[in-house]
Amino acid sequence: MLQFIVKRFLWFIPTILAIAAVTFVMMNLTPGSPFQPAGANNLREDIIKQIERNYGLDKPLPVRFVIYLGNAVRGDFGESYTRRPQQVNDIIARGFPISLQLGGMALALATVGGLALGILAAVNQNGFLDYASATFAILFYSVPSFVLGIFLLIFFVIWLPEWTGWRPFDLGGWDGPSDWILPTIALGAGPFAQLARYTRSSMIDVIRSDYVRTARAKGLAEQKVILKHVLKNALIPVITLVGPLFAALGTGSFFVEQVFNIPGIGKFFVVSMSSKDQPMIMAVVLLYGSFLAVMNLVVDILYGVIDPRIRMSIRGE
Amino acid sequence: MATPHNPNIEQVSQAQLLAEAADAAPTRQASLWGDAWRRLLRNRLAVIGMVTVVLLGLIAIFAPLLAPYGQAEVVAAELKLMTPSWNFPMGLDQNGRDMFSRMVYGARVSLLVGVVAQIIVLAIGVPIGAISGYFSGTVDNVLMRAVDVFYAIPQLLLVLLMVNMLGPGMKNIFIAIGITGWVTMARLVRGVMLANREQEYIKASKVAGAGNSYIIMRHMLPNSLTPIVVALTFGIPQAIFIEASLSFVGVGIRPPQPSWGQMVGTGQQYIQSVQHLMLFPSLAIATTMLAFTFLGDGLRDALDVKMND
Repeated sequence: MLQFIVKRFLWFIPTILAIAAVTFVMMNLTPGSPFQPAGANNLREDIIKQIERNYGLDKPLPVRFVIYLGNAVRGDFGESYTRRPQQVNDIIARGFPISLQLGGMALALATVGGLALGILAAVNQNGFLDYASATFAILFYSVPSFVLGIFLLIFFVIWLPEWTGWRPFDLGGWDGPSDWILPTIALGAGPFAQLARYTRSSMIDVIRSDYVRTARAKGLAEQKVILKHVLKNALIPVITLVGPLFAALGTGSFFVEQVFNIPGIGKFFVVSMSSKDQPMIMAVVLLYGSFLAVMNLVVDILYGVIDPRIRMSIRGE
Repeated sequence: MATPHNPNIEQVSQAQLLAEAADAAPTRQASLWGDAWRRLLRNRLAVIGMVTVVLLGLIAIFAPLLAPYGQAEVVAAELKLMTPSWNFPMGLDQNGRDMFSRMVYGARVSLLVGVVAQIIVLAIGVPIGAISGYFSGTVDNVLMRAVDVFYAIPQLLLVLLMVNMLGPGMKNIFIAIGITGWVTMARLVRGVMLANREQEYIKASKVAGAGNSYIIMRHMLPNSLTPIVVALTFGIPQAIFIEASLSFVGVGIRPPQPSWGQMVGTGQQYIQSVQHLMLFPSLAIATTMLAFTFLGDGLRDALDVKMND
């Protein structure tokens, strides 16, 4: 097990390096200088050169990459090009907790709600609850988070006050709990539905298995069968979904933050993209990539902890 | 990871036997696709999805005939932001352009992005997956490490970076989605190849003296066709979703060409006064995604494909 964790952890380093390299190269292939936005302040050629030299942009690409990595490892992600003199670190320190909170709440909604709905649907297979949850699941599963966000915005923020005079939510922002509800639903609904669908089918697979029949045959109460035998085994494949779930929540938050005007890093990232704010882009992609890689690592380890069969097969390797 | 026999094929043939018994038509020739088609038609949601997708396709193809105005034609600048009326069933936008016409042309953009991006995904992913799965060993290792790196970055993020690099516009979106999307397809094809490689008929073919390319083209690929078809059905809405997201934040389809995502994005500025600018394109995106999910789910069940990812 330890060997497996170490091996997986070492794999983490080339992954992050590759992400950094890909992003770095792509950013530098992007035409145009960050100091010369198209159509804006037309600086003289030699002045741009001068600014680029100040930022160390005149050095060859590989050299710059190594310098960047060296600084990044020491925790210095440089100064934002467009929000000078703010440090990238400070911008992220302000935005990331907000994004993390939004993602965390959406994740909580997705896991608690998705597991509960999936289990209920499986236990009542082909019953009313099963069909109702299937309908819900397929709706939320297919509709992109930002589109759902728009629907919520139009209905709850614009139409509901118009019809009833009751104004439960403001138009975006991130000032208090009433601002958290709609974005959390918009971001969490997709993963919620996916988890519900997946849990249901996994549960049903297990319910049909021989050892569950045996458990029932020996007279075990249905509740015990479901909780002790079915659920424990059915949740193992569900864990594989957690990795993609984090990815969905992360990228989804870029767009949900845009819809609800939330000052998280997603919104900063989108703005940095168009203004070619390279230090910001690099930092967000790296942060995000490492976060995902760590989560995938955790999921893998969790997998081994929960399922002894997987643990054994790793040991045998 | 070699399975002695392919469970999918066995299940299909069992289902065929059952279907034949049920129809009590002993002479009817049951083919895999014919059977799947019949099962698909029995699935109500899948039929709804299929009809919607076909309708969308027709709207996209015949857009110039259906749209009363051009895709960026200013109909009445003085009536801008007008809500839906008898003459303009979806109202006018912030420049006084007919929303209905723009929606119709938007369908064209969405479907074109979905289909072309998937063709690129197929063209890259299938050969790489096939080679990787068939030869395994070093080739497989190298290719799969590359796949792992791609997998570490979510596709939407990668596409964002790439479109930012290439510049906005439809062609660059095709390229970006294609280049980032092949990974899933390659993985899928590789998995199927690995499973099929150890089967008796492949060994028999080898013994009979067939070359590698013959085996891949004539035996392996046809047997991987069903999961590829299902993956395509899910890949098209994924590409449509990516385009809509990019255009929504303003790095996708360049105006004045309309795209649903872009219309939602610009409509957001006017949300407090009028909502139809966002409502119709949002509904269109949701409907399209839903239709493809229905169709994809139905196809997966009808073809009895087990999706691992």
